[in-house]
Amino acid sequence: MISEVTMPSMGADMTEGMIAKWLMAEGDAVSRGDKLAEIETDKTVVEMEAYSEGLLRKIVVSEGILVEVGTVIAFIGDADDEVPEVAETAPAAEASKEETAPQPATAQPALTPTPVQQTAPTSAPTPVASAAAGGRVKASPIARKIAEEKGIDIAAVSGTGPGGRITKSDVEKFTPSPAFAASGGRAPAVMDGSDTPLSSMRQAIARVTVKSKTKSPHYYVTHEVNMRPAMTFRAQLNEAIADDGDRVSVNDMVLKAITTALLRYPKWNSTFDGDKLIGHSDINLGVAIALEEGLIVPAVIGIQNMSLIEISRAVRDVGKRARGEGGSLTQAEMTQGTFGSSNLGMFGTDTFAAIIVPPNAGIIAVGTVKEVPVIENGQIVPGKTMNATISADHRVGDGAEAAILMGEFQKTLENPARLML
Amino acid sequence: MPEITLRDALKRAIKEALESDPSVFMMGEDIGEYGGAYAVTDGLLKKFGPDRIKDTPISEQAFVGAGIGAAVAGLRPIVEFMSISFSLVAFDQIVNMAANLRYMSGGQISVPMVIRAPTGAGVQLGATHSQSFETWLAEVPGMKVVCPSNPYDALGLMRSAIKDNNPVFVAEPALLYGEKGEIPDDDYEIEIGKADVTREGSDITLVSYGYGMRPTNEAADKLTERGVSVEVIDLRSLSPFDIDSIVSSVQKTNRVVLIDNARRNGGVMAEVAADLQQCASEWLDGPVMRVGSVDVPWPYSRSLEQEVLMDADDVLVAVAEGYGL
Repeated sequence: MISEVTMPSMGADMTEGMIAKWLMAEGDAVSRGDKLAEIETDKTVVEMEAYSEGLLRKIVVSEGILVEVGTVIAFIGDADDEVPEVAETAPAAEASKEETAPQPATAQPALTPTPVQQTAPTSAPTPVASAAAGGRVKASPIARKIAEEKGIDIAAVSGTGPGGRITKSDVEKFTPSPAFAASGGRAPAVMDGSDTPLSSMRQAIARVTVKSKTKSPHYYVTHEVNMRPAMTFRAQLNEAIADDGDRVSVNDMVLKAITTALLRYPKWNSTFDGDKLIGHSDINLGVAIALEEGLIVPAVIGIQNMSLIEISRAVRDVGKRARGEGGSLTQAEMTQGTFGSSNLGMFGTDTFAAIIVPPNAGIIAVGTVKEVPVIENGQIVPGKTMNATISADHRVGDGAEAAILMGEFQKTLENPARLML
Repeated sequence: MPEITLRDALKRAIKEALESDPSVFMMGEDIGEYGGAYAVTDGLLKKFGPDRIKDTPISEQAFVGAGIGAAVAGLRPIVEFMSISFSLVAFDQIVNMAANLRYMSGGQISVPMVIRAPTGAGVQLGATHSQSFETWLAEVPGMKVVCPSNPYDALGLMRSAIKDNNPVFVAEPALLYGEKGEIPDDDYEIEIGKADVTREGSDITLVSYGYGMRPTNEAADKLTERGVSVEVIDLRSLSPFDIDSIVSSVQKTNRVVLIDNARRNGGVMAEVAADLQQCASEWLDGPVMRVGSVDVPWPYSRSLEQEVLMDADDVLVAVAEGYGL
């Protein structure tokens, strides 16, 4: 029986998608679960699985063409099935005219699905790249363990073992390069004036950020949070839970505080839609993660139901899977975020503003927790502060409303017992 | 300390037992008048007489069965096979009876018996006389299996085997009977189930036993010359085997190559590898490498036989392929 393969919806707000790459050719035998194609959306590149069996009889939509969700892109059937005549699918709407003229496949850079794969930096020193294109990072178990303990992204390490395997000594000798620390901004090794083809992920980031900055009117509200109570609280908490193998980070507390604020002011957990705000019943809090190839913002789904420690575990899990360890990110995590967060504290950043991830209404960006002199009761005393900046969509709410949300966020962190509510 | 051969170390343990314990006796083909195919029992008939050193017909199943019966009745027989390959005709007695009787009788019957046999290839004895079935026997619950690589261990393990109240199979590497080593003049024993770290190092662990220790040591020497710090473990007991010692070593070196002189497939090192994967995977800096002889019937032709047998170069190749050392 002949069956249609249609452009899947990878998220509630996905209206169109592009075949980044067909992974099977016409005539190939297809089983359920086989990876048929890589689908590129605004946010990511996802592998599409086959839901029927047979032969891939015909590819209707070729690589690089943007089509609407639900469009027939291929047919799967038996060898003697008749393939229905389908009009050559026209590239969808204006988007494709503006941005994605169909290109011959050969002109495309090699695409990698984002969630599960990373490649070693191209500026790596001599040895073999640890991950062949399309493969997972090859690292020994002990190397992975040490990297995790030291907080090193294993994909950034070059492997000198057989077959390019990252070994214990590679991790021990590794020092993060400034290029990596800048994350995403991998400068070419040599400034020779040559062009650098952008990965599909880089191109997607370009499209999404331009769309966000041109369609969502951003404004910014910064609050300085007194972090001394939170840091004391965190130290006590971590001591108490150390035996369970848990450890709460500053960012875990930030996420909890954002969640608390959003629960109080749920307007910010909605999506602007012309004449209405679409409310969301869950808070799916996006967490910006800097991967080797670029930024992704997977969401912690249903974070409003989680305790601080559960958030800590969930974020660690999402982070691992974002790096291809222990599985990959789910479609929901990749596409169903309802609000955003970004943290550059580990880089020493003091204050910054992030770009809203569409179709969210806002994103809160936090910098490092720094020691500063503060005035308490007329006395100068050592204190700890952290700056947090919301980038808010003016269509959703005005400055005063964003300030109230930030005030709630600040209040929670400054009274950290509230984090346990 | 005096140096003696592995053959004489075994003989010393047997002789001590014959002298000190009247319930100990021996059975086997050509062990009396001829002195044993590998001369381990040479002179014992003259000293202890035909009641205690019994030459048997070519009848492995019968004399192993007789040994089991004697053990059940309270004696401590030491039964010799002329070759471990000949144990096959007596497997029903060894596996079904000797190894199971204690369990099947609810502990009422025990079988304090030692079964000895030369094992291994390398001297053109052909397909039916060159095998290493200690790896099969190591799989049988109720049967302890040891395999010494040097005179010191041979004496210590044989003493323990004779005193053990369970059946113990002593696999004696045929090529090592003439191996010499120093032996202290005391009555030490070696606990069955304990491995021996024969060389300490920090970069890589080589594990072997029996004849495999010879190429393993050669490879270790070559690696040491290159500045690699090698730890060598002699398993000594195949059942039970001492996984704890190997895990401890791997936690230190993070690299391991398992070396079996027997055919590679299904050998005891397959079990060691699987256990290491389970107990020490996060300590490993690469794959658990395994070296063994080629999985073919043993050739008679000398050049072919040498080709099939694993050697030190195979160990070095595995070290390089697995860990780039």
